[in-house]
Amino acid sequence: MSETCKVSVERRGDVAIFWTDGYINNQGGEEIAREAYSELEKGARALVMNLEKTRIVNSIGISILIEVLEKVMERKAVLAFCGLTPTIDKTFRIMGLAQYAAIYPSEDDALRAVAAPV
Amino acid sequence: MAQRGPAPSEPVTAGAPEVSLTIPVAPEMEIVATAQADALGEYMDMSRDKIDEVKLALVEACINAFEHAHTEDNQVHITFRVAGAGGEHLEIEVRDRGRGFDAEGVESPTPQKTFEERRRRGWGLHIIKSLMDEVEITSGDWGTRILMRKYK
Repeated sequence: MSETCKVSVERRGDVAIFWTDGYINNQGGEEIAREAYSELEKGARALVMNLEKTRIVNSIGISILIEVLEKVMERKAVLAFCGLTPTIDKTFRIMGLAQYAAIYPSEDDALRAVAAPV
Repeated sequence: MAQRGPAPSEPVTAGAPEVSLTIPVAPEMEIVATAQADALGEYMDMSRDKIDEVKLALVEACINAFEHAHTEDNQVHITFRVAGAGGEHLEIEVRDRGRGFDAEGVESPTPQKTFEERRRRGWGLHIIKSLMDEVEITSGDWGTRILMRKYK
């Protein structure tokens, strides 16, 4: 049995959209981080992560997402999450991720927000 | 609530639906355990959001045992009970036969420490306590028991 998260990415201009499917643990988190760093290297200005097909993100997965967020902030880029279950939303808020990354209800909301001029 | 002391006895819940599971200390085995929580939560008519909270708390309890217990038998023992009058809460007991720890001595994590001091780990117990309604942690030379309850 493997519940490891699948990650797919699409680039739209300078925004990279990530879709996750499955459990985000250390392996899933590292897969997201690899893809995120690759997109930042390629000049992405904003990363939008749609987690609607993920129901569990453990604390190790979140700690890796925090590393991604720190890299995003160093690059003066933007990280936005959307499609979070109430439990994932709550956990992101407990661990402080929500203080530094934006959370939107839907992908459209997130894309509209990151497209807006800063 | 955290205690360091002798191994606690089993809670008295005669007649309550109970499922026991032993998982090996191995990657992703915590997800095997969450399938039981899912099934029992649905059996109790617990809401999907509450079931998700139970599953994440269980994942964190298992990971804690995997990473820190250094168990003798390389296993984590889990018991699920539908308990209370009319099956009003789900009780989950996670036990290991590891070296135990001082739960009172565990420093509380904060977002500030996580971001400013880059201390990103150590959130497991805090998350468990935040997501479950009641949590009792007992630990000693015999191992660790985390007993947690979620009401419907």
